[in-house]
Amino acid sequence: MSDQERARRPARKQEETEETEVIEESVEADVEKIDELLDEIDSVLEENAEEFVKNYVQKGGE
Amino acid sequence: MALRKVLGTETEYGITVRGQPDFNPAVASALVINAFPGERVRVQWSFEEESPGRDARGFGHEGYGVADPDSALVNAVLSNGARLYVDHAHPEYSGPECWDPLQGALYDKAGEVVMHVSAVEACRALPEGHEVRLYKNNSDGKGNSYGAHENYLLARDLPFGDVIRYATTFLVTRQVFTGSGKVGAENGRPSVDFQVTQRADFFEEEVGLETTLKRPIVNTRDEPHGDPGKYRRLHVIIGDANLSEVQTFLKLGSMALLLAALEDGALPEALELDDPVEACWKVSHDPTLSETLPLAEGGRATALELQFRYLEWIEKYVRSEMDEPVWDRVLEVWRGVLEDLEAEPMRTADRLDWVAKYRLLEGFRERDGLDWNAAKLKALDLQYHDVDPERGLYHRLVRRGAMQRLFTDEEILAAVGDPPERTRAYFRGRCVRDFPDSLIAANWDSLVFDIGESHLKRVPMMEPLRGDRDRVGPLLDSVADASELIEALGG
Repeated sequence: MSDQERARRPARKQEETEETEVIEESVEADVEKIDELLDEIDSVLEENAEEFVKNYVQKGGE
Repeated sequence: MALRKVLGTETEYGITVRGQPDFNPAVASALVINAFPGERVRVQWSFEEESPGRDARGFGHEGYGVADPDSALVNAVLSNGARLYVDHAHPEYSGPECWDPLQGALYDKAGEVVMHVSAVEACRALPEGHEVRLYKNNSDGKGNSYGAHENYLLARDLPFGDVIRYATTFLVTRQVFTGSGKVGAENGRPSVDFQVTQRADFFEEEVGLETTLKRPIVNTRDEPHGDPGKYRRLHVIIGDANLSEVQTFLKLGSMALLLAALEDGALPEALELDDPVEACWKVSHDPTLSETLPLAEGGRATALELQFRYLEWIEKYVRSEMDEPVWDRVLEVWRGVLEDLEAEPMRTADRLDWVAKYRLLEGFRERDGLDWNAAKLKALDLQYHDVDPERGLYHRLVRRGAMQRLFTDEEILAAVGDPPERTRAYFRGRCVRDFPDSLIAANWDSLVFDIGESHLKRVPMMEPLRGDRDRVGPLLDSVADASELIEALGG
């Protein structure tokens, strides 16, 4: 890639190191939130997934 | 100085009738369109000035643009300036002409509300147990695709060859932030678990006029919907319909800036790809975004690396040429998305549909031990796009605060009723609101009124930026009916 491209990269690496701790702290909270979210989605997903997918047939458009 | 990038989106929605697998999609779509409960006028969509068969490369094609006598049954113009109609077998919302990408994204979201409230109304006319469902996506996962197109006003004197040379690589590589994500591959492409876009599998040519088969990366339809001596309208067909507000804003804003920079000669290189079509599939089939693409001049680069090149050029261009804050906002979102995609794509799950969807799918795969072929994952893929706020998984994410937003629900609702104020959509929308009984036909660049005289009265609107509130607002406020309007406009 261009020289500009190479010049930009090292700066990012430093930022990433600084960010690592913050990210690790938030991971646990995220997992909990995702589990909750998956449960919520389970409760609204179309009842018969297989039939729903099979019947979703569209004519082409545009 | 580049021409103002007046822009807009047109979206065909997927449709099913739950409880009736053998439903007729054209009939169901008409039912939806006609059920829209807001302000609208059913019109004959007049084809006399439309020419979808005209090619920007300079030749015409026959067999396009035939007027449909039943068009008034399935065509409506809304008070926000949009067109709502049945295109082939899909309900379609073509948003009004917008002043900037933020407004473009707002009116695109308004289209989702239009579709949702229309579907709810349409259900009342159906037997118990039958329910219309609409999806803002672009593929049924079985080889059928329907479009989400973007339109940008271009100067006629910009050679179309330049658009092809400079925009192709941009359109291919922007997929990293325009994709809405899809489980699996279609249309004869190699199999893949999950890909970045809904549409890439359907693109088979670099340049062309088609939109329904052998789709081209650069579409050459030359139908300016304005003064053909001054304008082109670039009809971009290689994009996904996005639910994410940020994503639609970025998609429209970055493309508008690329075209403005091109008109102003501010792009130093064309960055041509060795094989744009192959590259289009590769970018979409690689959610890790690590695949490199061969360049025409030799060497290879990833889609992200190429996007960073465009971003750097355009940052420089905006600094010297553009002073509205909206363009700085485009750059800020653009840089943020590219940097996050480069560091860890999952960081963009709050802004990009494909990443948000991928994260959900991976969550289910991990929790339930699902294979990528599981029907549940494909169902989830579809249901992400359901426009119903209860069922749609995008909407569920929004409600949990998991997606960044640009607009409030109130702003979106207001955009369902009111037109943009700085383009001719204002005049169109106001005429729908003020003279619904006299307006009988419409097109993007004209309105036709029946004011009870022997001849119908046609009002041409060949300038996309005239008909705005400043120019016509006071006039519209001062007339009592369409006859007075026509008289004031000079008969």
